[in-house]
Amino acid sequence: MIDRDRYFSLRDPSAFPVWQKATVGIAGAGGLGSNIAISLARAGIGTLVIADFDLVSLENLNRQQFNLDQVGRPKVHALATNIRAFNPFINLVLHQQKVSPANLEELFGSCDLLLEAFDQAGEKEMLIETWCTRYPKRHLIAASGVSGFGRGEEIKIEHFGYLHIVGDGHSELLEGISPLAPRVAVVANLQANLALELLVKNYD
Amino acid sequence: MIEAIFYVNEHKLPWKEGLVVQDALSMMNYTFKMLVIKLNGDLVKKDAYLTTPIPEGADLKVIHLISGG
Repeated sequence: MIDRDRYFSLRDPSAFPVWQKATVGIAGAGGLGSNIAISLARAGIGTLVIADFDLVSLENLNRQQFNLDQVGRPKVHALATNIRAFNPFINLVLHQQKVSPANLEELFGSCDLLLEAFDQAGEKEMLIETWCTRYPKRHLIAASGVSGFGRGEEIKIEHFGYLHIVGDGHSELLEGISPLAPRVAVVANLQANLALELLVKNYD
Repeated sequence: MIEAIFYVNEHKLPWKEGLVVQDALSMMNYTFKMLVIKLNGDLVKKDAYLTTPIPEGADLKVIHLISGG
């Protein structure tokens, strides 16, 4: 039996209670989403709502937080296993479903804030347009421009009211070449880091 | 006389009566397919680019969305 107080020791006394009470949505559990979820779970977010329809594949292992023995399993369930292996106290709400304008409210309506973690630009566009229309006063942290390696200096965070975009804004995906772990994880963790900041600011 | 202007991603452009959001994309030679537009902080839906007028002095933000994640 793991002692809860000891597990959550050495935490920021003003920020941590806010994070524990928060419900944060993650749309997509691939390269961005798996890294975002793991960082936010370690930071102490109370509830994560994660949606992804896909199964873990061998090609995902170059950048996504899954293991060989999880190939073929639904990403949301594999990710939950990996998170519970280090945080037994987090509340995980899992949806093995494709996110669409029709189910956005049902999947993420309870969330204080949403992180966009899709792969395809069209999906990103759909999510931003739907969320910003439905919840204009709730933060959405999206990613655009993560592919390649190096050029860490180009990665930036831009703020457009309640919409925030992380990435270099121009690195197109090359045909047949997957994004790489370091740059995807940098962007994912900048998204997660901003989420922690916005949650605390929201409660001020 | 002060020239009427509006802004697209911080670039200053000449404004005239009757401009719509789609005109701003053409004026900037923006051709990307996946994007999100905010006009004075409010999201403009894709199906409204041809019908949403740009007010004088407007601040238009065009955000390019790129695959990869």
